[in-house]
Amino acid sequence: MGVLIGVCLVLLGIASLFIGVSDVSPAALLEGGTDGTAAFLLAASRVPRTVAVLLVGASLGIAGLILQMLVRNKFVEPGTTGVTEFATLGMLVTIVLWPGMAVMGKMGVAAAFGLVGTWVFLRVVRAVPVRQLVLVPLVGIMLGGIVGAVTAFFAYRLDLLQSLGQWSQGSFATIMAGRYEYVWIAGVMVIVAWIAADRFSVIGLGEEFATNLGLDYRRVVAIGMVVVAVITAAVLVTAGMIPFLGLVVPNIVSLIIGDNVRRSIPWVAGLGALFVLACDIVARTVRFPYEIPLSVIVGIVGAGLFLWLLLRKGSRAH
Amino acid sequence: MRTDTVAPTASAPEPAVASPRSRLASAWARPGVRLGLLVTLVLALAAVYLFTAVPGSLEYALKIRSTTVVAMVVVAIAVGVSTVVFHTITQNRILTPSIMGFDAFYMLVSTVIVFFLGATTFLRADPVTLWLVQVAIMVAFSVFLFTWLFGGKRRSIHLMLLVGIVLGTFFRSLTEWMQRMLDPLDFQVLTDTGFASLTRPDETLLLLTGVLVVLGCIAVLPLLRTLDVLTLGEPVAVGLGVNHRRVIMALFAIVSVMVAASTALVGPILFFGLIVANLAYSYAGTFRHRWTLPTAALLGVVFLLGGQLLLERLFGFGGSLSMVIEFAGGLFFLYLVLRKGAR
Repeated sequence: MGVLIGVCLVLLGIASLFIGVSDVSPAALLEGGTDGTAAFLLAASRVPRTVAVLLVGASLGIAGLILQMLVRNKFVEPGTTGVTEFATLGMLVTIVLWPGMAVMGKMGVAAAFGLVGTWVFLRVVRAVPVRQLVLVPLVGIMLGGIVGAVTAFFAYRLDLLQSLGQWSQGSFATIMAGRYEYVWIAGVMVIVAWIAADRFSVIGLGEEFATNLGLDYRRVVAIGMVVVAVITAAVLVTAGMIPFLGLVVPNIVSLIIGDNVRRSIPWVAGLGALFVLACDIVARTVRFPYEIPLSVIVGIVGAGLFLWLLLRKGSRAH
Repeated sequence: MRTDTVAPTASAPEPAVASPRSRLASAWARPGVRLGLLVTLVLALAAVYLFTAVPGSLEYALKIRSTTVVAMVVVAIAVGVSTVVFHTITQNRILTPSIMGFDAFYMLVSTVIVFFLGATTFLRADPVTLWLVQVAIMVAFSVFLFTWLFGGKRRSIHLMLLVGIVLGTFFRSLTEWMQRMLDPLDFQVLTDTGFASLTRPDETLLLLTGVLVVLGCIAVLPLLRTLDVLTLGEPVAVGLGVNHRRVIMALFAIVSVMVAASTALVGPILFFGLIVANLAYSYAGTFRHRWTLPTAALLGVVFLLGGQLLLERLFGFGGSLSMVIEFAGGLFFLYLVLRKGAR
């Protein structure tokens, strides 16, 4: 199974390099050599795009997985906890207050807002007396809705509604060399998550149990929150909002191999990357030569899979 | 779910010497009096909206503003009635048609029609028939979908809520995808005919939706007592001789018609029905539908008119009413869900 994911990733990755309006084919590459148009396009657009897609897919899956361990609930991800909406509000704030700020700074502010969002969510969820499995994401979605309404209101008042819609919509269409490198930060976070994987497994067993095992519960939770917020912000800055990904991928992995975080991290990363890559290729080809936003495709497929997870026989949600 | 204890609908026998205060209190306990107060409030608000702050010719202002008021009334009736009926059918007070994705579904249906027929057919066809076809498709599918979801074994309310929200995203994504696949011309036609705004409603559309909503209300009238019985739960209702399955199907159909009407007029407002219906239950003080249904509709008018007045005249931004409703509704919803979770 793991081999299958790997093979698919390599095949689709190569395909992704050669899909596009201009002719970039192996033949054209051989003909033009290293300074032909094809080679330039490959280096400036196709390779960055494919790398960004892979990193975003992998890191969003990981963000979902970590969040699920922190909250101990299978149905949360940055998009169902208000984290994404908080980060979007942060982006709006930077656009309004410091329009000339570098992308790095914007990302930092967005990550800080995302961190606040994670914290608010964890507080609110603690106030939910009965930890009902489905109530937690519900509260998160509502929280996101409220923050989203605030963002939309200010954007509307400041005539930024259209541009807000434009950059918060998930798409890789504008990725080019020099404009996507921030997404590597999300990749670094994946490695951090991998190193701390066992701790997150233990966190998933509950605070008392984790403390009993000699773990500094608060510190691990803090690391997890930072990882989630930074990944969310990095993805938001480069690609926009991509719904349901962090939820669907870890759930499918947990159906296949269970809940050990150290074992599932490579799976989640691989499957997440594969999922986004496949969706991105569909988004690029279905209305060729135009593109459809990736978030639309992911929304359809992801929502379908989520519904299946919720309503299938033997689902824990019942 | 929560069934109200029977509130005092008939007034208690009055004491021999009634002080003015207790007489007031006993009058307040009567749903009819409460409803009357609400009607007065609506009339007063409408008068203020229509006749004050007229910048130019009164006649012109009246013409435009009265269309807005009529549109608000139609929307409020549609949302109020559909939400209360939906609550009764599904035996809860948190799910509403729009939270379950009904209006996203309506948008999907109208997009699909343009998608497969193309704008030329759309423009050449008689708009009335076309709109009716649209509503008919919507009713057929939603009755199918929601009897499947709510019929059969009972699922937890929270699960259904989550399913509804995800369904909404699913429908919206599908709609957006289809809109992206449309010709720019077709897309233009879709946005032109499909959706109008509350402050500038299309008159034909307003007339159509108005007629549909009135028809829906007439269809609900003979079912008022059946609705009261349905609040007791399915087993009791069946025991009392209600043909449960058929009644539920009919009510779902009415709900979908109402939702189609309101969505066509103003587009989706997610939490409006939730606020209106829940306030109506506590305001009416009874579970009987002959009182709760009109109360919900009237409260809806109060919110829309009052909100528009406040935003337009006091704060000077008229267009953002739905965002404010969304914000307040989200907070209210969170409160409701968390409070229910505590029980």
